[in-house]
Amino acid sequence: MQFFSGSTSTESSLLPAAPPGTGAGGPGNNAHMLYIFNRAGVCLLYREWNRPLRTLDPQQDHKLMFGLLFSLRSFTAKIDPTTAEKGNLGVPLLPGQGCSFYSFKTNTYQLNFMETPSGIKLILITHSRTGDQREALKYIYNLYVEYVVKNPLYVPGTPIQCDLFTKNLDQYVRTLI
Amino acid sequence: MAAIYSLFIINKSGGLIYYKDYGSAGRMDTNDSLRLASLWHSMHAISQQLSPTTGCNGIDLLRADTFDLHCFQSLTGTKFFVICEPSAPYMELLLKVIYELYTDYVLKNPFYEMEMPIRCELFDLNLSQVVQKDRVALLAR
Repeated sequence: MQFFSGSTSTESSLLPAAPPGTGAGGPGNNAHMLYIFNRAGVCLLYREWNRPLRTLDPQQDHKLMFGLLFSLRSFTAKIDPTTAEKGNLGVPLLPGQGCSFYSFKTNTYQLNFMETPSGIKLILITHSRTGDQREALKYIYNLYVEYVVKNPLYVPGTPIQCDLFTKNLDQYVRTLI
Repeated sequence: MAAIYSLFIINKSGGLIYYKDYGSAGRMDTNDSLRLASLWHSMHAISQQLSPTTGCNGIDLLRADTFDLHCFQSLTGTKFFVICEPSAPYMELLLKVIYELYTDYVLKNPFYEMEMPIRCELFDLNLSQVVQKDRVALLAR
């Protein structure tokens, strides 16, 4: 499964062809929330822009989200109709193993998911009519690499507290449709 | 109607009551299909909890690399979901048609017990007519 075709240069590749419509829909964001988890299930970042309803406290919410994704990945790997040999249902999957989903839609929101080969999971929740957000997630991952991973003061596996990252993230998300 | 890989029908408690495979590689045995159906039922419920706004009815569409999953939940909690090719058109329509067949040939059958596995010949017959038409197109590639 192939990932980032050719984004080897740093600065210039940070700007993909941004989707048309530069957030002219007012000051509101079209994205609701963003979660970033690492391989062990630690929530590295939770960013909220528009969330009228909160059913659980933050810890439970993160665990529920991670659990849902973990099960959904097992589910899609097993129900995949194009491969004959599939593992058993309960076996934890490596990143990239088996068919993985990239998005699901409900009537009120759309969840876009991306898992990198290192096990970092990015989840972007937007309103229900947005298009395919895989490029947006790749861009956010690039931001993560540039501003978090390359930050010498950041300890991997701990929650992200890099101002530059959150600033650029907010700026980018405002341009999403 | 479009071609699908498989169809699952789940009752309101999450138990699988109907499973039909129309050509996926690697058949699933009964136990696996039961487990997957219950897993889907739970995830459908969890997704409602994670909604940022009120009024969420669960997952309608799941898109993966090699397939799409369309789900329809009736007002009584019975879920119908189909596994199909990515971006297959008219799946929502197909699910509504299957729901109509279900109400006609299963629910109106006086010998059918609610929430039990579906064993109605007429349902199978009509279902295969609705889906079969495009199966040739799927196999031909």
